[in-house]
Amino acid sequence: MTTVVPAVTTPATTGSVQLLGVSKWYGNVVAVNDITMSLGPGVTGLLGPNGAGKTTVLHMMAGFLAPSRGEVLVSGTPAWRNPSVYSGLGIVVEREAVHGFLTGWEFVHASAKLHRLPDPAAAARRAIELVEMTEAKDRRLDTYSKGMRQRMRVAAALVHDPAVLLLDEPFNGMDPRQRMHMMELLHAMGDSGRTVLFSSHILEEVEQVSGTVQVIVAGRLAASGDYRTIRRLMTHRPHVFTLRSSDDRALAVALMAEPSVAGVDLDPKKGLTVKASDYGTFTRRLPKLALAQRIRVHALVPTDESLESVFSYLVGAP
Amino acid sequence: MPTAQARRFALFNPTVAAITTRALFGRRRFLLLLPLPVLVLGLAFLTKSAGVADRDWVETVVEGLGLVVVLPIIALIVGTGVLGSEIDDGTLAHVLAKPLSRTEIVLSKFAVAVGVTTLTTGVPLALAGLMAGEPRLAVGLLVGSFVGALAYTALFLLLSLLTRRPVLIGLAYVLIWEGLLSSILQGTRVLSIYQYVRTVVDRVADSDLVSSAIGLNVALAMVFIFTVGFTLLAIDRLRSFSVQGETS
Repeated sequence: MTTVVPAVTTPATTGSVQLLGVSKWYGNVVAVNDITMSLGPGVTGLLGPNGAGKTTVLHMMAGFLAPSRGEVLVSGTPAWRNPSVYSGLGIVVEREAVHGFLTGWEFVHASAKLHRLPDPAAAARRAIELVEMTEAKDRRLDTYSKGMRQRMRVAAALVHDPAVLLLDEPFNGMDPRQRMHMMELLHAMGDSGRTVLFSSHILEEVEQVSGTVQVIVAGRLAASGDYRTIRRLMTHRPHVFTLRSSDDRALAVALMAEPSVAGVDLDPKKGLTVKASDYGTFTRRLPKLALAQRIRVHALVPTDESLESVFSYLVGAP
Repeated sequence: MPTAQARRFALFNPTVAAITTRALFGRRRFLLLLPLPVLVLGLAFLTKSAGVADRDWVETVVEGLGLVVVLPIIALIVGTGVLGSEIDDGTLAHVLAKPLSRTEIVLSKFAVAVGVTTLTTGVPLALAGLMAGEPRLAVGLLVGSFVGALAYTALFLLLSLLTRRPVLIGLAYVLIWEGLLSSILQGTRVLSIYQYVRTVVDRVADSDLVSSAIGLNVALAMVFIFTVGFTLLAIDRLRSFSVQGETS
């Protein structure tokens, strides 16, 4: 299957987003804690578990929220209380709120007119083409699937060809084909010199789209930089499994002799908790070991595969 | 390649107004209220044909129902509908993420709300005035509805930006402040939009059928202060409007 992304042009000016010691709190609750980051041309992934503060960060970048402390600059100018920033900025918010009575065309065309583009119709046509929605453009937004609506919202956000594009969870509700096309589109936008930032709580999405990531955990910037470096940090952590068998104690003894096992915890009620330093070797050795000892393994569950534990590992990493 | 043109200073944006109007007429809450003006006309016709004296039915139907209830309630639903409802459902974010001055956004929505309120209440009331055989009363009611729409709309637009429950607080103003307090306490009348409307209708109509409690100059000055003051405040609130995420 091939998807053809229409030619993405180079923007007139390159954009940037800068956060300087930015914090945001609501009463006693700190949502974002002293984040400093700088984004330039290319695609950056904003990664973090749900509730980490990704949306708050994006909304501050989009001038939708005032930072409680620090400074948010988009292409050098403050984003807050400065509507002129939107001529070079596009945002796709997570909340899927659109006037359902508008057709896709009316929605994107209105966006172009509100930007006071010299030829709004041509700009709208081009943007709709970019997201491959030309065929469905005359249908009402409330008849679209979630993924189609998402693409139209992206078209409306990039109709004025912004130097900076912010997207909050853009892949939500998309099927694999739409997802792949959106990833290619973001890639093309980044390669042409635009500053693209998208948030996601799914590692694989970020991995596929961008080399650079900013990881946010509990309102703090936990890691930042090249994806591979961060990934390596993650593979260095021990893998934890919970294991239940017909004879936990005997299996624990046998496991301790294995070089791929870093530790075993025996709990009569919960079974074994095994820390493996080498995921591959451990999972290959376990069946052979159990067979040799004539122990039946009832369950083997990796316990820290959730993003949250990966993130907490990252935060705790020296 | 499309690039934004040099920024023009505009007070009215036809695109914002057009979308606002379509959204307003698409809301069930608004459509449910449209029978109210029809009710005023129907009652006026019924009472008149039943032989009730003009003075009596104008007082109860046109003033008591039309100016006291229908005008503020329609203005409330329309005024909060053009802004408060878009804040509630999140669609306002699309307009906010555009390089438009906040003055332009507020004034466009203000114009739509004033226009719709004047048309849906002023016209039926004017028709009722004609039924009473007084063309000047008809003009007075139309002008009065317009003046009332200005002040009420400014108030309800501002409420939409100050509170998450603009309809509730707006209703409290209309029912408790205008309805109850100003009939008991004379002093509160100078801060009641209904009294300004009544004064304007009375002076323009120059009829025995309506009366007023405050002077025309005071009424007009207060309408001006309400309209301009609240609108300026609303513009400033919109500049600092926070768009919250769903989970933040």
